[in-house]
Amino acid sequence: MSTNTQASAQPLKKPAARVHNKSAISPAVALFAGWLIPGAGHLLLKKPVRAALLFISIAAMFAIGIALEGKVYTPGTGDPLDILGFAGDLGAGGPYILTRMLDLGHSSVQIAIADYGTKFIVVAGLLNIVAAVDAHSLASGRKSS
Amino acid sequence: MTLTHFSAVLLFSLFTSIVFGITQRSDPKMMVRFGAFCFVLFVGGTIAASWVMWAIKH
Repeated sequence: MSTNTQASAQPLKKPAARVHNKSAISPAVALFAGWLIPGAGHLLLKKPVRAALLFISIAAMFAIGIALEGKVYTPGTGDPLDILGFAGDLGAGGPYILTRMLDLGHSSVQIAIADYGTKFIVVAGLLNIVAAVDAHSLASGRKSS
Repeated sequence: MTLTHFSAVLLFSLFTSIVFGITQRSDPKMMVRFGAFCFVLFVGGTIAASWVMWAIKH
């Protein structure tokens, strides 16, 4: 009885979040590097195989989208769907910036297959965000390895 | 560049599965298994959905 009273008198401890080995690289740096160059966050965390696979997958998907004459979304059109598309495209980081600088891609879908290209570009951007967040989790110790 | 519908599905599934496998699992062996699982689901789901659309049309 007294044990229960003592236990209830103690403040409830919050279960500690599982934190694994933290990296020397700052999570913010890993996140930003991973966003700017696909796989760069993992490369900084000394995971070259994963970095290479991520880079190849995301860069190839983005390049295929451009080669299929997919639409590259730009900000400021006012259309809510375009804003969502722009957010997805922007997730690709460096490849998107490079595409805009070199004026690659199309501003509208002109052939039927180009719609696939548009989706490839957006999904490449979204996958890059997933990869960058994974690098952040590895650097912060939230993900074990 | 032109792609058939099926080759577009295969490429999309391959690249997406690689990223999902690496990011959603910690152990390398599990990464490969999860990536393969995602790939089969993507391709299988697309083929299944295609047959459903065919059945609706006919």
